[in-house]
Amino acid sequence: MNILERYAAMDYDAAPEARNEADAWVAGRDFSTSLFIGGAWRAAASGATFATHEPATGKLLASVSDASTADIDAAVSAAAKALPKWRARSGYERAKVLYAIGRAMQRHQRLFAVLESIDNGKPIRESRDIDVPLAIRHFIHHAGWAQALTREFPDRKPVGVVGQIIPWNFPLLMLAWKIAPALAAGCTLVLKPAEYTPLTAILFAEVCQRAGVPKGVVNIVPGGPAAGEAIVNHPGVQKIAFTGSSEVGKIIRKATAGTGKKLSLELGGKSAFLVFEDADLDSAVEGLVDGIWFNQGQVCCAGSRLLAQESVAEAFFAKVKTRMSRLRVGNPLDKNTDIGPLVNRVQLERVRGMVAEGASQGAECWQPDCALPASGHFYPPTLATSVAPANILAQEEVFGPVLAAMSFRSTEEAIELANNTRYGLAASVWSENVNLALHVAPQLKAGVVWINGTNMLDAACGFGGFRESGFGREGGREGMLEYLVEDLPLGATIKPTSRPKIAGDGDTESPAIDRTAKLFIGGKQVRPDGNYSLAVADAKARLAGEVGLGNRKDIRDAVAAARKGTAWSEATGYNRSQVLYYLAENLAARADEFTRRLARLTGSNAKAAAEEVELSIERLFYFAGMADKYEGRVHAPPSRTVTLALNEPVGVLGIVCGDDAPLLGLISLCAPALAMGNRVVLVPSERHPLLATDLYQVIETSDLPAGAINIVTGKSAELAAVLARHDDVDGLWCVADADSCKQAEAESAGNLKRVWTSGGRKVDWRSDLVAGDTFLRRAVEIKNVWVPYGD
Amino acid sequence: MSKAIADVKPGSPVAALPVRLAANTASTEPGLARNPGMKLDLGFLESLRNVNRSALERRAATLAKRRSIKADNQAAWLLRALSCMDLTTLNSNDTDERVRRLCAKALNPLRKDIAAGLGLGETVIRPAAVCVYHPFVATAVEALHGSRVHVAAVSTSFPHGLAPLETRIREIELSVAAGADEIDVVIPRGLVFEARWPQLYDEIVAFRAACGEAHLKVILGTGDLATLRNVMLAAMVAMMGGADFVKTSTGKESVNATLPVGLAMVRAIRAYFEQTGQMIGFKPAGGISTAKSALDWLILMKEELGRPWLEPELFRFGASSLLTDIERQLEHHVSGGRYSANHRHAMA
Repeated sequence: MNILERYAAMDYDAAPEARNEADAWVAGRDFSTSLFIGGAWRAAASGATFATHEPATGKLLASVSDASTADIDAAVSAAAKALPKWRARSGYERAKVLYAIGRAMQRHQRLFAVLESIDNGKPIRESRDIDVPLAIRHFIHHAGWAQALTREFPDRKPVGVVGQIIPWNFPLLMLAWKIAPALAAGCTLVLKPAEYTPLTAILFAEVCQRAGVPKGVVNIVPGGPAAGEAIVNHPGVQKIAFTGSSEVGKIIRKATAGTGKKLSLELGGKSAFLVFEDADLDSAVEGLVDGIWFNQGQVCCAGSRLLAQESVAEAFFAKVKTRMSRLRVGNPLDKNTDIGPLVNRVQLERVRGMVAEGASQGAECWQPDCALPASGHFYPPTLATSVAPANILAQEEVFGPVLAAMSFRSTEEAIELANNTRYGLAASVWSENVNLALHVAPQLKAGVVWINGTNMLDAACGFGGFRESGFGREGGREGMLEYLVEDLPLGATIKPTSRPKIAGDGDTESPAIDRTAKLFIGGKQVRPDGNYSLAVADAKARLAGEVGLGNRKDIRDAVAAARKGTAWSEATGYNRSQVLYYLAENLAARADEFTRRLARLTGSNAKAAAEEVELSIERLFYFAGMADKYEGRVHAPPSRTVTLALNEPVGVLGIVCGDDAPLLGLISLCAPALAMGNRVVLVPSERHPLLATDLYQVIETSDLPAGAINIVTGKSAELAAVLARHDDVDGLWCVADADSCKQAEAESAGNLKRVWTSGGRKVDWRSDLVAGDTFLRRAVEIKNVWVPYGD
Repeated sequence: MSKAIADVKPGSPVAALPVRLAANTASTEPGLARNPGMKLDLGFLESLRNVNRSALERRAATLAKRRSIKADNQAAWLLRALSCMDLTTLNSNDTDERVRRLCAKALNPLRKDIAAGLGLGETVIRPAAVCVYHPFVATAVEALHGSRVHVAAVSTSFPHGLAPLETRIREIELSVAAGADEIDVVIPRGLVFEARWPQLYDEIVAFRAACGEAHLKVILGTGDLATLRNVMLAAMVAMMGGADFVKTSTGKESVNATLPVGLAMVRAIRAYFEQTGQMIGFKPAGGISTAKSALDWLILMKEELGRPWLEPELFRFGASSLLTDIERQLEHHVSGGRYSANHRHAMA
């Protein structure tokens, strides 16, 4: 076309980003030695390589060293060797290294961006304007955390050697999210980039070499699933940080059960995008473009479920279609490309298959009439309407440019639809009414909520999911905590409970009126489903009483009651505080009775028993006071936005107590859980359950609403397993023998409930360490609500 | 839903448009129908209140980064910018001679060698109009006679619009009588703050009547309006009242045309089009002085409204120094990459 023809047409033309520097880097490098271990480049022990291709053309880019178990061993050894010195460095020294990495990346910003687009297929605009600058921001932000570490986290120390496994959708950004906090915390690490996209991680390792990162602190090991498995199972690794599919996340949860490895998982999503009738509809359309058509929809937090209010739904869908017809699908290195190719053929086939399946289930799928390049794994932007909630496109993560649209009638229904998913990563809320938006945001089961925006990310604001989207947060203070451990006062190994054989008869000396200890479910005393009882022995193995033998159906009922007991979670902190104070007050009134019971059951002397009761009351009093004080934070990301990091209750929390200090242990776990608004299903000490059944009478007089706490007595290990396998339980704390703890962790993989166990050890409940934020922190999920403002 | 908008697909050939007679083409097609306006519809107006500044700023900030216009295409797009230009002088020290100079520049905007280098052949690409104060209308009309370059007069007590309505209407009539075929009126901004929409509407209806055959551009003075919501609402009332164009600024406010303001206005235009089927023009003015920013505005129009809005009948830049920068860029293009200097191009 000549200029006059172009003048008439006014089309866009190809505006390719130069790739010669990136090509030269690839050509000039020997990828057969691309394992970066102990500060040196080496080939895989097996000599094996895997191929990485360019998604836009399908052409081979490089054959990269494929790490095997032996290489992972070497990398972990290098990291372990480097750990003591790195950990011992001052925060300032580590801060300088992080800063140097950030600045060095900045100096090679364009090379990183072009390389990322070549290897991954994402449009150059995104890698250039979003991925790479944000990766740099993470390093520079975390330099500050490195220096402030001992001041900000006085009771914590680095977890140790960290294994990190990252996905292919944001190769460099995910690397930064993993490596920056680990280095700031004083950990050393072994990171495995995804098989499809290893190149920017290799370039990053080169940057580390030049930026003064000590040998062995950062180890980069490209490889496939076997390498990932070797990292997960390596005994020399103290923490696993994984971003990827929920399926693999669950496998890792199982594999690490009982190993004591710290774990954070950032998994899939099916994030809701709610458009209310008073939204700026045109802006919401652009929000969708940044939501579901960002990175070809290969984004874990993509706003893939559009929920539009019925009064504006038709008009809004029409606007979306108009906008979609302006999206340009093509060469990712073209600066005019909005949507590049999917990462590879497998992904393309998967998306095609899911859209076909969605259509066969009744969805109407619409695609604009846009030109697709002849080669490469391209898929057009797709809008599916008439999508029933049961449709595969509403249920499953597509990880492609496919938007499933539905409508809703009321705010209540919007929230219900939004939460009708196993996932809980992110959500967008579009409304010009601040009352509505801030009413909806706390009710959404999502770790990140964007009000009038989408896919806003920053190093200072935590990112991570609820439910099966994983646990742990990346970014900010909460992200740092994932790489630090506290000194919990753990004691001796717990042996599986053995109930002593009852030696004598019941109390015949002072015949009192017979009391039946029942279960306590939904605010009522109930008989156990099985109608069996369990004899309780006192310290001298005499019969002290009988309690109900709870079974899985009792747990089921208790969980259902807890699920229904929303009043407790919705109560204000001040209100919960007063109820817990009242509980302490009522317990104090019956202190003598509890002391006698405790002494008789545990055999401790009267003074020790009185002390335990007194400490229990004190602790309850403390957590009552914290109910309205353990609050969230406000972040100031680098935009005109406030990000509210809200502490929300985890939800329905199972608590399994040990036999040691049966009252104090129970209170030390239940009080913080209740203070933060959780509803508790409590399995008290198997050996001394009568303390808990005595307690429900105190509870009954203390205004705790029905369902806030539910008590099921019985065989702890059995009941703990039922709780762990229950998919409507959001969290589980377990003080038990090693096998029970391991089982709890392994079985929790079903719904990825948040699990804390004592790892088969006793806890010194008298220690002041357990009265701090140890359990408060675990009693909350942090939800980051982004509120951009300005008028 | 918008037919025209939906019909234009990326990369599709240019749709044949019913356009108003272009200043710079020899087209004899019937012109684009003028906006008849509509009844003041306060309910519809109310539905447009939801303008989220942060979201518009984000969109505006990424718009130009999502598109890149390079090489021959850039030259073509800059010629397009030139053709959509209202070459403007609005200074208190303007004289007839100054206006004649401006008109001479409008008639010969490009050096011959540059035009030849671009391969323009016989095609003459000129600014769409020359924009002046009332006293210079006759001078401009005479200077531009026979050229198809329009003469626009700023009017209605420009730039504040605070003279009596009678006076303002009379000013329009006098400029039309003097030969102006485009009238750029200003609104009294106070009416927006007081939400006196019926009064604003009535004034615009009166301006439109006074314009007769001349096209009416309504300047909102967006730098004074404080919020994008006010911009959206004022733009809509102007279109309901019969504006052929809505225009951002007088160039005299402390804040000139910005992309977020432009975005609010083009979305108002889109809403009006969706409601009535009428295509209304847009004119950002004030502070647009670089070729790069001109491209940003063209991208805004193409992305938000589509190809039809890249014609002088529907898009204008109000500018004075922009032309020189475009010339420099075009010389850079035809010279194979030599950077040019302002003094190599004839001044207005």
